[in-house]
Amino acid sequence: MNIESTLRNDRIWRHVIQGAGFCLLLLTIAIGVFLIYRGTGTFTTYGHSISEFLFSTTFKPEDTLNGGGQVGAAIFIIGSLITCGLALLMATPVSIGLAIYMAEITPSMGRRFWQPVIEIFVGIPSIIYGWLGLTILVPFIQRNTSSDSGFSILAASIVLAIMIFPTITSVTMNALNSVPKTYRQGAYGLGATRWEVIYKIVLPVAKHGILAGIILGLARAFGEALAVAMVIGKMKALPTSLLSPTVNLTGAIAADMGGTMEGSEYNFALWSMALLLFIISLFFILLIRYISSKGGASLASK
Amino acid sequence: MQASKAIPAPRRRALTSDRIVTLSLHVLAGATLLLLLSFVGYIAYSALIDFQPSLLEFSPTGIGNQLFNTVYLVFLSLIISVPLGIGAGIYMAEYATHGRIQKVLRIAIETLSSLPSIVVGLFGYLVFIIMTNSQWNLFAGALTVSILTLPLIATITEDALRALPASYAKGSYGLGATKWQTISRVLIPAAFPAIITGIILAAGRVFGEAAALMFTAGMSTDINWNSTDITSPTNAFNPFRSGETLSLQIWASRSESLDPHASAMANLSALLLLALVFMFSIGARALSRYLNRKNLGDTK
Repeated sequence: MNIESTLRNDRIWRHVIQGAGFCLLLLTIAIGVFLIYRGTGTFTTYGHSISEFLFSTTFKPEDTLNGGGQVGAAIFIIGSLITCGLALLMATPVSIGLAIYMAEITPSMGRRFWQPVIEIFVGIPSIIYGWLGLTILVPFIQRNTSSDSGFSILAASIVLAIMIFPTITSVTMNALNSVPKTYRQGAYGLGATRWEVIYKIVLPVAKHGILAGIILGLARAFGEALAVAMVIGKMKALPTSLLSPTVNLTGAIAADMGGTMEGSEYNFALWSMALLLFIISLFFILLIRYISSKGGASLASK
Repeated sequence: MQASKAIPAPRRRALTSDRIVTLSLHVLAGATLLLLLSFVGYIAYSALIDFQPSLLEFSPTGIGNQLFNTVYLVFLSLIISVPLGIGAGIYMAEYATHGRIQKVLRIAIETLSSLPSIVVGLFGYLVFIIMTNSQWNLFAGALTVSILTLPLIATITEDALRALPASYAKGSYGLGATKWQTISRVLIPAAFPAIITGIILAAGRVFGEAAALMFTAGMSTDINWNSTDITSPTNAFNPFRSGETLSLQIWASRSESLDPHASAMANLSALLLLALVFMFSIGARALSRYLNRKNLGDTK
């Protein structure tokens, strides 16, 4: 093969590869632009205020191009916040406990057996968690509590907790594994018990990594749509107790988007919710970046 | 007796709490395993208890069509996302190795990978369905799902290339190879086991995806298996027909739970999905171990 064609090949492929990279960049920008363009329609085209969208609980948008309805999305936002918060409360202790177990108590079994188990949990499609919630959890809650239908915040939070605990567990385990062995050896040498080593040395050192895992889990919970929508009950009312049904952001989009008229006030209100989800997920990424960079610095300085 | 007395009280307390914590963590891990086993057991049990052979048919009463759609959709989406994802990964690892472009691209990839799938689905609905004035179709679904798998494949390719020893590239350059020759003949083959694992993981994600597909691939399926004309809207291989996947079928049967047939179909779909996901995750592990061993064997 002659050199010129080889060099030409090299140049051509450089452009092809560059093209692939820029495709990805362009795609991200396109998604951002479309979301911002459509998501702000509620405020520009239909003239609603941002504070109405965020804080009003009256959600009665008109499904026409004339507008004139009300687009308060507070019920959806509160629904998302409560279910995700509760899910996090349930999942975090379990996840950290499991990660400690896998990384510190049975390290070799942890890698060979427990890690694949957690990976299978991660791999189970969310729709299956939703289906399990619908067929086991909802009837169970209906039978055993005062809830009328069983569809409730409680059911949604439990489904979310089961979905996010593997994510938090695996990130936490990586954080624990990256704590240098010498730290533990030093503590054991001073006569500490295993729990003292974990509690006083390993956990504090790994705390940034653990926090990043928790936020990742929270981000996953916020973005989950169908599994929650299947068990939350889809009632557009503020919840009065753990057992009352309500709605959340993703569920509202999933349920209503197909039925709205293109470009109507209703349609744009749902896009605004999608924009809000986008902003929240961006915020979580930046938070994780910030925390991990801080974690890296503190580990290096020690 | 003598020895235990010699242990001072605070130490004794520390030892006791150590034992309690260890025991409770054992219990916690056992409970987690039990949870997984009971999920799988429950799904398998409820799928098998009202199983009828007709449920497996490639007809509206069976889930054969949905299974076909799922596999076909995964195939279509991989055709799109594998070349692009690997390309972007190579670009990140070998061309844009430092500077602002890499920083921007990394943020872009992180943003893409953290997008809620319902938001991606909405984007796909707007761009691939409404703006092209078309009906729900598999191709739009494949494009939309590719947005979810692209960052995964790109990141895994980049990591795999970065993990290679620097001597591989140096040796190749030393022999006078160009950059592309080095990448295509030395680095990619060496990183292949990791990349293929990533692709399988990405495929596993597509199998279970529902939220991104409900407004793009559609919630109905109508296949005429005798059709030989690929442009016909009922031909199985026409990518521009609507195609309900297994996970969408489960979603669709949520409100039809009064109909025992729909729930039987959903149960069987769940079992099939679970089996597919297990197969893919175990397959990815086994394949990467096999390829790694083969690679190591070659160098010896």
